Amino acid sequence: MSKKITEEKLGRSKKSNSTGKNVGEIMRVSGPVVYAKMRAAVNDLVKVGNTGLMGEVIQLEGSTSVIQVYEDTIGLMPGEKVVNTKKSLSVALGPGILGGVFDGTQRPLDVIASKYGVFVPRGVDIPSLDMDKKWEFKAKVKIGAVVKSGEIIGEVKENPIITHKIMVPNGIFGKVEKISSGAFTNKDIIAKIGGKEITMVQHWPVRVPRPVEEKQGVHRPLISGQRILDFFAPVAKGGVAAIPGPFGSGKTVTQQQLAKWCDADIIIYVGCGERGNEMTEVLSEFPHLKDPKSGQPLMNRTVLIANTSNMPVAAREACVYTGITIAEYFRDMGYNVALMADSTSRWAEAMREISGRLEEMPGEEGYPAYLSKRLAEFYERAGYVKNLSGGEGSITVVGAVSPPGGDFSEPVTQNTLRLAKCFWALDANLANKRHYPAINWLRSYSLYNRITDKWYNENVSSDWGEMRKRCHKLLQEEAELQEIVQLVGVDSLPKDQQLLLFAARLVREDFLQQNAFHEDDTFCPLEKQASMIRLIFGFYDTAKEVIEDLDLDKLRESSGVQELAQLKYRQNDTFMDGKHEAVEKEVMKLIEKSLR
Amino acid sequence: MASAKVQPWYKTSSSLKGPLLVVENVKGVSYGEICKIKTTDNRELLGQVLDTSREKAVVQLFDSSMGVDLDSQVQFTTKPAEIGVSRKMLGKIFDGMGRPKGKFTYTPKKYLDVNGSAINPASRRSPSDFIQTGISTIDCMTTLVRGQKLPIFSGAGLPHNELAAQIARQASAGGEDFAIVFAAMGITYEEARFFMEDFKKTGALEKAVVFMNLANDPSVERIITPRVALTTAEYLAFDLNMHVLVILTDFTNYCEALREVAAARNEVPGRRGYPGYMYTDLAANYERAGMVEGSTGSITQVPILTMPAGDKTHPIPDLAGYITEGQIVLDAGLHKRGISPPINPLPSLSRLMNNGIGKGKTREDHSSVADQMYAAYARALELRQLVSVVGESSLSEVDKKYLRFGEAFEDKFINQGSYTNRGIKETLKLGWELMTILPRSELKKAKKAFIEKYLPKKK
Repeated sequence: MSKKITEEKLGRSKKSNSTGKNVGEIMRVSGPVVYAKMRAAVNDLVKVGNTGLMGEVIQLEGSTSVIQVYEDTIGLMPGEKVVNTKKSLSVALGPGILGGVFDGTQRPLDVIASKYGVFVPRGVDIPSLDMDKKWEFKAKVKIGAVVKSGEIIGEVKENPIITHKIMVPNGIFGKVEKISSGAFTNKDIIAKIGGKEITMVQHWPVRVPRPVEEKQGVHRPLISGQRILDFFAPVAKGGVAAIPGPFGSGKTVTQQQLAKWCDADIIIYVGCGERGNEMTEVLSEFPHLKDPKSGQPLMNRTVLIANTSNMPVAAREACVYTGITIAEYFRDMGYNVALMADSTSRWAEAMREISGRLEEMPGEEGYPAYLSKRLAEFYERAGYVKNLSGGEGSITVVGAVSPPGGDFSEPVTQNTLRLAKCFWALDANLANKRHYPAINWLRSYSLYNRITDKWYNENVSSDWGEMRKRCHKLLQEEAELQEIVQLVGVDSLPKDQQLLLFAARLVREDFLQQNAFHEDDTFCPLEKQASMIRLIFGFYDTAKEVIEDLDLDKLRESSGVQELAQLKYRQNDTFMDGKHEAVEKEVMKLIEKSLR
Repeated sequence: MASAKVQPWYKTSSSLKGPLLVVENVKGVSYGEICKIKTTDNRELLGQVLDTSREKAVVQLFDSSMGVDLDSQVQFTTKPAEIGVSRKMLGKIFDGMGRPKGKFTYTPKKYLDVNGSAINPASRRSPSDFIQTGISTIDCMTTLVRGQKLPIFSGAGLPHNELAAQIARQASAGGEDFAIVFAAMGITYEEARFFMEDFKKTGALEKAVVFMNLANDPSVERIITPRVALTTAEYLAFDLNMHVLVILTDFTNYCEALREVAAARNEVPGRRGYPGYMYTDLAANYERAGMVEGSTGSITQVPILTMPAGDKTHPIPDLAGYITEGQIVLDAGLHKRGISPPINPLPSLSRLMNNGIGKGKTREDHSSVADQMYAAYARALELRQLVSVVGESSLSEVDKKYLRFGEAFEDKFINQGSYTNRGIKETLKLGWELMTILPRSELKKAKKAFIEKYLPKKK
């Protein structure tokens, strides 16, 4: 498919105009769907009506093109013109994209706000990237070199942490006839390759995956600093994770925590059909938050796609593609990218809404029959790859799912679970108990455990995999015992089982619970995670030895157990660079004192 | 308005099904525009274009279609639904379409499209100002913040109207620049009268703009009512810099009207027959809350919806919960025990609470009090269940104290009556007093320093 994209489709041709056969006329308007008499191909981008609303051709019926319009269609009238741009919906990729906030079709919301005020007007045509700002371009190849598509020919230091690599656009290759370093805007020609002049900006149709050399297997975890994720159910770099959960269970907080702290180089945050105030929160918070590695504002590595629930539904359908295309662009530069989609259910509902307007035969629960195909196509764009420039890069996709009524058997959750190897099940009961993150440890799983255990064992602590399995077993046993306790009460259990419940509670409350709003606890380094769990097991094993003399009620108040509970609030630094051993020794001493 | 061309009257209707009228051979009809329908017995109705093509337009009638025949004449106004707005609307009552109800006129400053536009997320300001409702359970545990949308999830037979009126009355206490926009959608005459009398009695009416679509008014009109109300609210908040509290009741009736239209259009139904676009439609209303750059005003929404059969997973509360920023849940059990207002703090939630509380906003110990009472009340309810199985005598001393706490919390903290207005300091003080019931070692959620400072010493 990708080979067939002509240069024109990629948007480099500026020949589209409002005369001749590219102009049609509106025949019918029904909500976001417009029927026009116009020659077009499927996925052609069109300007609808006198205000020039952006739309996309999605079906053809004889001489009629069916168009989904990305903006509110109120006021459109049959007879108004429709202009076919002959391009497909594309994003502009180039310097200045980082730190940006765009709507579902990559219109720059911050620029629109400064130009048009509080409300988003219709028919705005503003370039996605700043075309006048000068960037310091450093050429990385010499004149006379032979380059191919996707190869890196230069770079721009876009901000203190990210160097924006300039790659040869797809379809262009050959001898570098002209290239020079210097200060350029996005409009300027920076090089001439194989007879074609190029700028720093390239365009890519969002529905087509960008090509790679080859896909590879995943081999290391995406570290998030969230204990339940890193320790229990880690997602691999290049993997796919799904977070389904009913409202109020903390999907958005989990996504935002990941966006803040995970060790990807680039974060693409897609707010798909969610709350406006949440986007504002990200926008006002991220510039002030510091990346734990570099100390730079988090916004420097973030691109925000904000298509809130009240913005037009067709643009919501497009926004996840816009997001993943930008992610692919950075992957091709050799970066590890994490894309958060919140929420894919809203995306699926947008599909359903458009499908309903087209009077298509519905599949399960009114969703179109192609739902699973679309989900699969989207999630397959994640992965760990060898890219065209010879380096490696990855896209990790974390998709939130909002199942109606919290019922996981609905189609979007089920189809997503078939694709995602990592499942973080949010649980309303835990949220009601204010156990945050409200991720159910028994229902959640990660099929990457084998791969990530190996990495953790080699890079963090050799007993990591062992401890994880032990922890899983402990909590599983706790769940079984709890059922008995419901019937007969704790006191009738033998003492070793009471101790098991005690230890499991420590794991749940003092390890799995994590406070996203606490300065230190919000991000927990791997060394600290290992120490915390090691100490809990240290306590458990020592307590087992002296089980006969234990008074569990008293033990709860003892300084050793209290100290375990406070561990998460200890400064992260005190665990780093091998210092964790001293901490463990100190706490273990307290524990032993409490036990004996 | 200045259009010189007189719009023609069409007499070409070909079908009328439910609220949908199909008009043939029309020209130049735009999507979403408002039209007038003159029946053969000279009644004039309003409608809106839902689908327009070269040959025909599908019009949704806002009034009852009774007595409408296919010889009725239709005129298209070329304009979408609009409302004329002005400060003079304060203290006035309008119908569900925004037409003056009763004998008064006003000169609008401008006309606004009731559908509004999406607020640019990049121009929003983060809501962070505490609103004191004077209701302890809300102020302390489910704090309302300026610019938030916080619905009341209620059920049949529960006093959500009293609660909404109490919020309107007590939250309005502060400042000149405060206004209430009240939109009734399909509520009964009795309910409407309750609100009006309460507003009149307390003087709140002068600061209020009221839109009334009652149960016997045309149901389809309800689809416009919240839009008219929110457009007015946007004008008051963002043009006139007022703090606007919007009370919308009852969204369940609104959703029924949506379903009615969808069914009439033969649309593919989603869950429980509600249209697949209900999420988008509800969001288009709920998202019209917040604060924006360049204005000091705010829109705070308190929509009310009654959960059919008290089921929180029903599409109406479910979709609302995904859009709004939390919920206040009323509890039939508390209500039956005579506790007023019967707000159950456990399933209630305010997502923006953390932005609006603490030092400089309410008081430094606010989150400690809220967390501790939440945990203790949750524990008390668990134990109450256990007691019903094993009896109270088998509980430990500490557990018995939790039970006592639970009762005191319900009787003294939640139960304050419709006409008690508690300041936040008073609420927090009451919270600390209740905590003395528990042994100090149980107060784990509260910060030690605050326990020292605020917990009353036992005599």
